Amino acid sequence: MANHSNHSHGHDEAHAHGSLKSYIIGFILSIILTIIPLVVVMNHMMDPIPTIFVIMITAILQFVVQLFFFMHVRERQGNQPRWNVMALIFGLAIVLVVVSGSIWIMTYNGVGY
Amino acid sequence: MAQAVSQNDHGHHDHGHHDPQELKMLGFWIFLITDVILFGTLFATYVVLHHNTAGGPSGADIFEMPGVIAETFILLTSSFTSGLAVLAMNKGKVKQLIGWLVVTWILGAAFIYLEVDEFAKLIHEGHGFSGSAFLSSFFTLVGTHGLHVSMGLGWMLLLIIQLSRRGINDVTRGKINVISLYWHFLDAVWIFLLSVVYLMGVM
Repeated sequence: MANHSNHSHGHDEAHAHGSLKSYIIGFILSIILTIIPLVVVMNHMMDPIPTIFVIMITAILQFVVQLFFFMHVRERQGNQPRWNVMALIFGLAIVLVVVSGSIWIMTYNGVGY
Repeated sequence: MAQAVSQNDHGHHDHGHHDPQELKMLGFWIFLITDVILFGTLFATYVVLHHNTAGGPSGADIFEMPGVIAETFILLTSSFTSGLAVLAMNKGKVKQLIGWLVVTWILGAAFIYLEVDEFAKLIHEGHGFSGSAFLSSFFTLVGTHGLHVSMGLGWMLLLIIQLSRRGINDVTRGKINVISLYWHFLDAVWIFLLSVVYLMGVM
């Protein structure tokens, strides 16, 4: 414990590598966010469009939960910029362009559908 | 421990100096971002092609949700246990660390077993990789994730062996932090596989 470097920054993140509590909270939230779309889909509770919204919103929320509670995306060294967050935002922007651009083009292509 | 010393002077960070372990974590993080883009392209391909079944089955015809739901909760739990392994490591408990890694490994292996079983059934029923554009994109997308998990299993096995021989030191500590991040990442990718491929496929 004493030789673990991240514990010297108590003011920044109370527990730099997460605590048992944060892992358990993340795990429970993930389970809840997995069960919600499963129940909605398996019981045919909603029309297709609202169902897609529920699936995507719970998926994105669970991704955020994992980023914060499991992957500790807010963790950083001292006053350095959050390079990992910047890289992530850049990567997600590329994915957004690739996925939405592909759907957009192929919808009007006539080959895709 | 030079890194501990350099971190104890609050607010006086030399911007030219980086902790090598932190740099490795950042480097691995950047690799994960490139993997995000890889999966992004495969998701785009799947979303575009999944209506093109060439007269064959669609997702609703072939997806068996009980197995998929089991895979989901197995992988989610293994992500949690890999986090517990890191917590045990931070407390310096090497036996607990190896124990949680073994649990994580077994859950990961169970996940791969279920996925291989699913693929084998589909191929046996004649719905193989070359059946249609839908099936090609499905096997490529889900298979690439499965390949990542399989490689993670091999990597984790080697780390368990190294830990049992050398215990927790600066080198193994860095490696465990990295593989834990990798494992959480694979779980995050699976959330979107479950959502986009399976849930939207059977709804």
